[in-house]
Amino acid sequence: MRTFAILFLREVKAFFYTPIAYVVLFYFLILTGFNFYSEVMILNRGPVEITVVEAFFDTVIFWFSYVLIFPLITMRLFSDEFRMGTFETLTTAPVRDWQVVLSKFFGALFFYVVLWLPSLLYFVVFQWVARSDAARSPGSYWGAYALLLLMGCFYISIGCLASVLTKDQINAAVISFTSITLWFFAGLLTFIFGVTAPVFKDIISYISAVEHMSDFSKGILDSRPLVWYTSMTILMLILTCHVFQYRKWKA
Amino acid sequence: MIKVEGLTKRYGGFTAIDDISFEVGKGEIVGFLGPNGAGKSTTMRILSSFMPATSGRASIAGFDVFEKSLEARAHLGYLPENVPLYTDMRVTEYLNYRAAIKGVKGRRVRERVGDVKELCSLRDVENKIIGTLSKGYRQRVGLADALVHDPDLLILDEPTIGLDPNQIRQVRELIKNLGKHHTILISTHILPEVEMTCSRVIIINKGKIEASDTPKNLVDRIRTSGGIRLEANTGADSGVEQLAEITGVKDVAVENQGDWKVFTLRTEANSDLREEVARLAGERRWAVRELARSKATLEDVFVEITHADA
Repeated sequence: MRTFAILFLREVKAFFYTPIAYVVLFYFLILTGFNFYSEVMILNRGPVEITVVEAFFDTVIFWFSYVLIFPLITMRLFSDEFRMGTFETLTTAPVRDWQVVLSKFFGALFFYVVLWLPSLLYFVVFQWVARSDAARSPGSYWGAYALLLLMGCFYISIGCLASVLTKDQINAAVISFTSITLWFFAGLLTFIFGVTAPVFKDIISYISAVEHMSDFSKGILDSRPLVWYTSMTILMLILTCHVFQYRKWKA
Repeated sequence: MIKVEGLTKRYGGFTAIDDISFEVGKGEIVGFLGPNGAGKSTTMRILSSFMPATSGRASIAGFDVFEKSLEARAHLGYLPENVPLYTDMRVTEYLNYRAAIKGVKGRRVRERVGDVKELCSLRDVENKIIGTLSKGYRQRVGLADALVHDPDLLILDEPTIGLDPNQIRQVRELIKNLGKHHTILISTHILPEVEMTCSRVIIINKGKIEASDTPKNLVDRIRTSGGIRLEANTGADSGVEQLAEITGVKDVAVENQGDWKVFTLRTEANSDLREEVARLAGERRWAVRELARSKATLEDVFVEITHADA
C-alpha cells in the first residue's frame, strides 16, 4: 500500500509537470461551460420535459469533448516510460507490476475527477441565479456523476492499454481515440441504422453510453451498466498488466 | 553476493548468453568486460530482475531474482546503461521519490538523499530540473539513485560512458570509495579503469565466460605477454639476426630511424631477456639509447581473448 501510494503521488504530480494538463483543463472548462450555457439558452425558450442536468449530459458538445479527453489524459502514461527508458529503473525498484499499472490508472482517474469538479459549480450557480432546481432530485446528480466516474474508469483503462502497447505517445493517443470512438458509436448503431430487432436493441442498449447517461441523469441507477463498466475496467487493467510484463520480458 | 548458475537467455533464435555461471563474493569489485553485444547488459538486466532468463538460476544476497524478486531488488542498486531518469523532475525531488519507492522510511529519506547528494557532488544542482543537466551530472544522479537505499550490491552498466576524462576520474574515485562498503559489479570498455579499480575481472564473449581472474593474473597468463623494446645503433650489424639467436625470443621486428634502429622483440611468457640483450649489445659494441620491457596490459588480454576466433 505504501509503495502504491508513493507511485500514485508521483503519477499525479507528473500530470501537473506537463503543460498538456493545463491545456486540457482550460479547454475542457471552455467546452463544458459553453455546453452548459447553450443548453440553458435552449431550455429558456419554453417549457420542456427535461431538466438542466439531463440536457447538459446529452449534447453533441458533451460527448465530443468527452471522448476526446481520454487519449489526452492517458497517452503518456506508459509510452513515456518506454521512450525514456525509465521503466527499467521503475521495474528494477522493489515494486510489483500491478502496483505500477494501478498507480497509473488511479493517477489518471484522479486527474479526470479534477477535470469534472468545476462542472458542479455550474449547477450551483444555476440554482443560485435561476432560483429553481437544475434536476428533479439529488439522485440526478448522483446518477450522472457516478456514471461519469464509471465510464471514466472504463475509458481510462482503454487508454492505459493503448499506452502500454507503444512507446510513441501519438500512436497511443490514436489507438485509444479510435477504440473509444468506435465503442461510443457502437452504442448508437440502432439509432444510426434504425434497427428495431429486439435482440439487437437489447445488446446495444447494454453497451450504449448515451442510453446509460440518459437513464442515470434522470436518477435511475441501473445495476447493469455498473457491472458492465466495472468488469470491463478490470479486464482492461488485467490486459494492461500482462502487456506490461510482456514488454519487460521482450525488452 | 551474486550467484549465477547455468544462465541462458535466448531472444527468438539468437542466444545472448549461453549457460554462464559465476559468483561474486561480498566486498568484491568485479569488472564485467566484453565486446559490444557479448551479453553484458543482458546478464545485468537478468540480475536486476528486469527480464527473466530462458533457463538457469541467479540469486542476489541469497534471493532468487525470479522467485524472490522483490527481496532481491531491495538488496540491489542498479544503474542501467544510458541512465534513464525522469527529466521533468528536480534532482532532490527525484531522489526523494526513488528513496521512498525503494523502501527508505520517512525521516531516513532526507538523511539518505542528503548523503548521496554529498557523495556524488550533486549539491550545486540539487534544485535543478534533471532535463537541463549535463551528461556528467545525469550520470551522477543515476549513481545517486542506485545508492540511495544503501544497497549491499551495486550493478553499474557502463557508468563512465560519455563522460569527459575529469568526470571519469571522479566517478572512478567514487566507485573505489564505494567498494569499501559495497559489492560492485561494473561493466565498462575503459580497461585502465578496470585495472585500477577492480579486484577481479570476468570477460564474456559471444555469451560465454572466457576468463575470470584478477587483472594481474590475467595479464601474466596471456601468451603475448612480455616484449622488449631496444633502440640501438648497430653499426655494420643488421641486429635482427643476432637478436633472434637469443633463446626465448620468438620474433624480432625492426624499424629504421636514420642511424638508429628500433627493435621490438616478442618473447616467451614470463621471461625477462633484458640482461641477455644488454650483454649482446655490449659484445657487439652497439650504441644503446633505450632498452625496456613492455608489459602486456589488460587491453592485450581483452583483445586476445575476444578476438581469438575473429
